[in-house]
Amino acid sequence: MSSKVYNRQAFIALQSIITKEITRYFRIWIQTLLPPAITMSLYFVIFGKLIGSRVGMMEGVSYMEYITPGIIMMSVITNSYSNVASSFYSAKFQRNIEELLVAPVPTLFILLGYVFGGVSRGLITGLVVTLVASQFVELHIHNYAIVFFVIFLTSMMFATAGLVNAVFAKSFDDISIIPTFVLTPLTYLGGVFYSIKMLPDFWQNISLANPVLYMVNGFRYGFIGFSDIPIEHALILISVFILSLFSVAYYLLIKGIGIRA
Amino acid sequence: MTDNAIEINHLGKTYDNQFEALKDVSFTVKQGDFIALLGPNGAGKSTTIGIICSLVNKSVGDVKVFGHSIDTDLELAKRCIGLVPQEFNFSQFETCQQIVVNQAGYYGMPRNKAIKRAQVVLEQLGLLEKKDDQARSLSGGMKRRLMIARALMHEPKILILDEPTAGVDIEIRRSMWEFLQRLNQQGTTIVLTTHYLEEAEQLCRNIVIIDQGEIVENTSMKELVTRLDVETFVLDVDRIPEQLPDLDKIKLRKRDDMRLEVDLPKEKALNQVFQWLSDNKIRVLSMRNKTNRLEELFVQLTEKTTSESAKADKKPPTEAK
Repeated sequence: MSSKVYNRQAFIALQSIITKEITRYFRIWIQTLLPPAITMSLYFVIFGKLIGSRVGMMEGVSYMEYITPGIIMMSVITNSYSNVASSFYSAKFQRNIEELLVAPVPTLFILLGYVFGGVSRGLITGLVVTLVASQFVELHIHNYAIVFFVIFLTSMMFATAGLVNAVFAKSFDDISIIPTFVLTPLTYLGGVFYSIKMLPDFWQNISLANPVLYMVNGFRYGFIGFSDIPIEHALILISVFILSLFSVAYYLLIKGIGIRA
Repeated sequence: MTDNAIEINHLGKTYDNQFEALKDVSFTVKQGDFIALLGPNGAGKSTTIGIICSLVNKSVGDVKVFGHSIDTDLELAKRCIGLVPQEFNFSQFETCQQIVVNQAGYYGMPRNKAIKRAQVVLEQLGLLEKKDDQARSLSGGMKRRLMIARALMHEPKILILDEPTAGVDIEIRRSMWEFLQRLNQQGTTIVLTTHYLEEAEQLCRNIVIIDQGEIVENTSMKELVTRLDVETFVLDVDRIPEQLPDLDKIKLRKRDDMRLEVDLPKEKALNQVFQWLSDNKIRVLSMRNKTNRLEELFVQLTEKTTSESAKADKKPPTEAK
């Protein structure tokens, strides 16, 4: 078989995995796409309208506009992570991962298929939340390219992390532990609702160890042109995380850990 | 170009818990063959299939599928195989068409071509009307057929079925047999594992019996059944006389007032029995085998391995040096 035909077939396989993933979360849109819209609406009403009106301006913009990028990012992180974690774990649990393992799909394409499935859900959820936000606040975008790169890379990073979690998970509880006990605290402490400059020096330094801070601030920079940290630091950090997680995930899949006896 | 669909040489598998599922297993499957892989539960059949289909990592040995080694040409080897696993392993929430079209996609078939192929395969297996139904709404027999449809989407050269008729009713089982026979006649090599020995006897030309991870028999079905010394028939008759005759090594027994059991050595013919029945004006209403012949042999072969391994286990332990 020529390499051209082989590559074409591998891309069809990739397309099939992504299509399957997108069909899956659209089939259960009440569980996947609707909840972030409702939850984030509540954030906008409570923190934006009610409390935000008393906070006043933050870095030259209204509090509502200040928190909007972080809230969008929260839903992107949660959804891209949980999509891959639950989908891959379910495929392991129901054993339909075997459909892929018996087929001549290169391991890299299995990984990319699941990751891009998660990325697509992250981006769609981000778009839904942005539309919700636009009902509460007039959004301005300072730099479209930064907005796109940060959100795309962040969703890719968390989708890959979700897959690593799913590979090791032995029960459905195992795929909810990381989102509940790690992701949620990191996100809330990642400067979604405040600037770290408001914190004492000690806690500012501690906050710098939180990777979500870089993503939220990078994204915020794309919207309002302000960030607690330099934008290039955010992009470098996300890229390093993606490369590391992607290498780990690829190694796990190629070795068949958790999926082959 | 090899004549073998599958070549397995010195295959071994030890799981992480140190359980040795396969011990030096070697056998070949010729192209176009219809072969049964038999063995009791836990014998190593599914492990063997799992290794061929790369669902299980082997510990030692070589496997080639149509000449393609699973170590060096795994993707080419995979293209030749269609697998129907023992347990339902499709997403229960997808429709039949989504399941088979996605599977074709994993083999690189473009979507429009896969949709056309799905129509053909689903129709062949009597599932076309159900193509837009979720898999979870199908009956057990339909789910089994859906797994066969999925495995056939990429037109594999070899179809491996792991207990495909488990839990399906007799009518569906028979129709699946006919389907598999037609497929084999069209040139597809078929490997079948089953617990129904009648199924193996009806369908397969060759047989490999595996027990405790070792091959205990690898021969043709015809050769295997000729090894049976005695076959027992049950005759439903209209009456049975008090005195039963001695018919030269053929033993007759009265099972009840209307049923007669006949133990027939393989060198003898039933004509002698029918002659006696006719002379005594006894009408035979029906006749059948008492047990599946293959079943008797299977029990003999696997019991032999069990007792040998029990003897081996009783050897006194050697002192560690």
